[in-house]
Amino acid sequence: MSTNITLLIVMGVLFAVGIYLLLERSLTRVLLGIVVLGNGVNLLILSAGGRRGEAPLYRSALDAQEYSDPLPQALILTAIVITFAVTAFMLGIIYRSWVISRADVVADDDEDLRVSQQSTFDFEEDSPVPEDTTEFEGEDAEPAGNHPEKGPHA
Amino acid sequence: MLLVLIALFVVAAIAPLIFRLLGRSTFYVLAAVPAVAFAWLVASFPSFLDAEQAAASGEPNAPPSELYSWIGPLNAHLDFRMDALAAVLCLLVLGVGSLVLFYCARYFKNEDPHTGAFGAQLLAFAASMFGLVTADDMIMLFIFWELTTILSFLLIGFNRTRMSARRSALTALMVTTFGGLTMLAGLVMLGNAAGTYRISEILAMAPELTALGTYIDVAIALVLIGAISKSALVPFHFWLPGAMAAPTPVSAYLHAAAMVKAGIYLVARLAPGFNETAFWQPMLLWLGLATLLIGGWRALKQHDLKLLLAYGTVSQLGFLILVMGIGSPNAALAGLAMMLAHGFFKATLFLVVGIIDHKSGTRDLHQLSGLYRSSPVLFAVAAIAAASMAGFPPLYGFVAKEAVYEALLEHAQGNGATGVVLLVGVLLGAMMTFAYSARFLWGGFASKRGLEPSVFPRVPALFLAPLLVLTGATVVFAWIPHVLEGAIAPYLGLFGSAENPIHLGLWHGFSPALGLSILTMIAGTALFLARERTFHLQSRVPALLDAERDYKHMVTGVDNLAIWLTGRTQRGSLSFYLVVILIVALLLPAGTAILLSTPAPGNFIAFDHPAQLVIGLIMILGALGALQANRRFLAVLMVSVSGYGMAAIFALQGAPDLAVTQLLVETIVLVAFVLALRALPVELWAKNPTGHRLGRALIGIGFGASMIYIAATSMASRVADPISLAYPELAYTGGAGKNIVNVTLVDMRAWDTFGEITVLAAAATGVASLIFVRGRGDKRVRASNVPRGSVDHGSEAIGGASPSRAGLAVARTFAISKKDSWLVAGHTLAPERRSITFEVVTRLLFHTILLASVYLLLAGHNTPGGGFAGGLLAGLALTIRYLAGGRVELAEATPVSPGTLMGTGLGLAALTAAAPLLLGAQMFTSAAIEFTWPLFGEQKFVTSTLFDIGVYLVVVGLVIDVLRSLGSEIDDRSEGRSPTDTHDMVSDADTGVGR
Repeated sequence: MSTNITLLIVMGVLFAVGIYLLLERSLTRVLLGIVVLGNGVNLLILSAGGRRGEAPLYRSALDAQEYSDPLPQALILTAIVITFAVTAFMLGIIYRSWVISRADVVADDDEDLRVSQQSTFDFEEDSPVPEDTTEFEGEDAEPAGNHPEKGPHA
Repeated sequence: MLLVLIALFVVAAIAPLIFRLLGRSTFYVLAAVPAVAFAWLVASFPSFLDAEQAAASGEPNAPPSELYSWIGPLNAHLDFRMDALAAVLCLLVLGVGSLVLFYCARYFKNEDPHTGAFGAQLLAFAASMFGLVTADDMIMLFIFWELTTILSFLLIGFNRTRMSARRSALTALMVTTFGGLTMLAGLVMLGNAAGTYRISEILAMAPELTALGTYIDVAIALVLIGAISKSALVPFHFWLPGAMAAPTPVSAYLHAAAMVKAGIYLVARLAPGFNETAFWQPMLLWLGLATLLIGGWRALKQHDLKLLLAYGTVSQLGFLILVMGIGSPNAALAGLAMMLAHGFFKATLFLVVGIIDHKSGTRDLHQLSGLYRSSPVLFAVAAIAAASMAGFPPLYGFVAKEAVYEALLEHAQGNGATGVVLLVGVLLGAMMTFAYSARFLWGGFASKRGLEPSVFPRVPALFLAPLLVLTGATVVFAWIPHVLEGAIAPYLGLFGSAENPIHLGLWHGFSPALGLSILTMIAGTALFLARERTFHLQSRVPALLDAERDYKHMVTGVDNLAIWLTGRTQRGSLSFYLVVILIVALLLPAGTAILLSTPAPGNFIAFDHPAQLVIGLIMILGALGALQANRRFLAVLMVSVSGYGMAAIFALQGAPDLAVTQLLVETIVLVAFVLALRALPVELWAKNPTGHRLGRALIGIGFGASMIYIAATSMASRVADPISLAYPELAYTGGAGKNIVNVTLVDMRAWDTFGEITVLAAAATGVASLIFVRGRGDKRVRASNVPRGSVDHGSEAIGGASPSRAGLAVARTFAISKKDSWLVAGHTLAPERRSITFEVVTRLLFHTILLASVYLLLAGHNTPGGGFAGGLLAGLALTIRYLAGGRVELAEATPVSPGTLMGTGLGLAALTAAAPLLLGAQMFTSAAIEFTWPLFGEQKFVTSTLFDIGVYLVVVGLVIDVLRSLGSEIDDRSEGRSPTDTHDMVSDADTGVGR
């Protein structure tokens, strides 16, 4: 089958721009990246369907080869509408993020940063334990679960 | 025997309930269960012994077995078999189990917390142990094995408020689970080689398996790692002293008599078949010897009686494994006899320590003094048990140790230097055993200089009773050793017959073994008397092997590695994760395509239609413009340019449906963007622009290039005819429609579409809940309830920032005109927001567009259009109405809530899917109904149109939800009147702006 260079190049540019925008921190640009990527993918599916042909509206005189491929079209149609739904949802998220924190950026996750900076000392595992020679008196002074130095993975 | 197993588990499960009724006396009830089972075991002992031990299960003279198929394909079966070896182990498991449970009734107080769970776990442990030794299927064996591990973990950690208990429990769990998993690998290797997982069958074919060489050697070595970790051999021995954090009855049962014997059982079970494999003897003999010596050495320096016993147990376990590992019938007899003797005396000694701790409040031998006088009975019991441990006649421990010496002497004769080294090592170990036995007795009971006699209340008879029974066994069986020998003998037959079979007995005449026993006693006594000097020596010699320290280092190392790895990979930056994913997605497919020498791209054409060049150029400019734009709406517009370009490309490519849909979607998306983003600042980056521009550009360009390459090669690779060549005919004859794309959507691939509209409904609900937060905001606003000119007050006038005087005057007249306006709710808008032109145009267009959308929907089966396009067009009509008349107008225009619309749509689609089932056809089967209407003539109705109507309704619902949420609700909030407004609006002061 033939390969349409114009469509391929446009698709490549859309992919490149989409990926670039996707890697931004600004949520709006991320969303725009997703929209552009969606267009790129649709173009890919379209060009995978082959050369342009007659609109896929049945006419008994036409040979099946002469239509432009209907299957990719059905897939793209679904994709277009889904992209719309996703876009609307992301717009909702952007608005909400703005309302809650007045921020339009993907911030680094504090929790993840804390995990990576934690100390390897774990009170439960590493603190010295006094030897005890009876089980009938002297319970732990520190009951389980409320020591301040306990690491998050304890 | 399955009945026994079930009974034990069932009583364990209901034990906590009985505790609520009876308190600690429940332990008597629990003790009765294994006691009854013990009685059954003894009564039916002959049937286990008289059977042909090697016979396959099911043969008439085979040991009793119960076989149930469980998971056939995985070779896991509920196979149980009670042969002589299993029966001997069961004596310990059930007998000692019952006595320890009995003992618990006095050990615990009624007010102790969690005794219910404790009793249940201890009995469940007895059940698991019983299952372990009777299981004849390796998977069952493994399951019971791990059950004992888990119950041991729970029981060690019983004193949950003590950190030492929690920590020791975890250590024991890690070490024994490690061994268990290693063992599982070995078992699976063994089972795969043998083609069966039934243990008796595997042992029957051991000679053929052993002939396989290294594979079986490795499998057996892996299994043995499980055994030595369970039996606390070097280098895994450290978990056992730690496990002394458990209540003492647990130590007596699990860590002396039963669980640690599981490893010895496994060795005994495999020894008849596999003691010739390459790693068997090196592992068991040398590790056993090392454990024997290290345990004894450490036991000599303990001052906590319980730890002294724990290290003693480690030492004895090494001893037992060593003896069982020799693999001769004499050694097996000696080993099993020693194991029974150990069960009797070590359980007794632990129970003695428990009583001492219970009554005096310490186990420290530097604090105990004069106990022999305050509790002579306890002293007598302890003395007999310790003497048996030391190998002192006339006790069962002596009988067993004599047998061990004989077996070792025999082994030494056949094996030269290694045999001698073993013998000497064992002698050394036995001397230390003698010395720490004496140390135990002295430490626990002697009067010591400078110490007041300890306060020691009288010990109740019921508390002492289990000890007396065990001591009785130690004494009695020394005089009737043939009873237990008879029980062990059938198992020995599996090794073949011994040249000079040994027998258990107190007196064999003046034999070399007796000489060794006497030597042991003399040297042991000397070692005990020189205890001060030994102690000084020990504190000066550094520990050669500190496995506990190594274990801790290992755990810390794993922790560090985990933190390091987490820190490197989980950096909390979504962009970083995306970059990783994208780079993989970039390199993997492109690399594969290149490496697999796919057909080179070829057969290029520049374009299908010259206009493509122009449109393509515009799209590229739009996309690049979106990159450069630094204002939000400019960027959105630029993206829209490439989106509209898509519509043109579709139109040129012969895809009218796509062109229409894309056009409509692009428009609505544009409106949605504007509505949602108006609350945000105009500038795209006020602060905090993303760095790494070059890197991102490289990834983007690389990705685009690789997509081009992949697309080109995949197009060049196509060899088959596309499946869709059949579609036109299918659509026309099967789907009764001419629009092939539409028939594909609503008929041929209706499942896809059904899934898609479900997603649409979910996304719509998501948007609504993100904005409304509480509920979907379905409460309807009526124009009659809204004051005139009150909506969107304070917003910018539509005419621009400075409307002319004349314009303003017209607008005012228009706003206060008494006549009914063009729109239902137009008068609710603030005067400066109204536009007469827009209202009139809307009035004229709305119904026409709506009608057109219905036409698109219904005609879509044969001409471009369909539910998606129709729904979007209807949505566009509503959008126009909202823009012209404000949110009240939208509410007036949509009497039915979007939730209802989408629900109806989904229901309709589901109905067309399911209805054919009732008529005996497959789901989504469509039918064409032809009929004649007056005036309209011949008509054809295809049932899949109903599905398309469902799609239409869902899409309309989606658009309404978007308008209501991103439009109306945000309007409402910006006027500060929304009831849901206050709870999630945070003042700028307490969230840093631009975080």
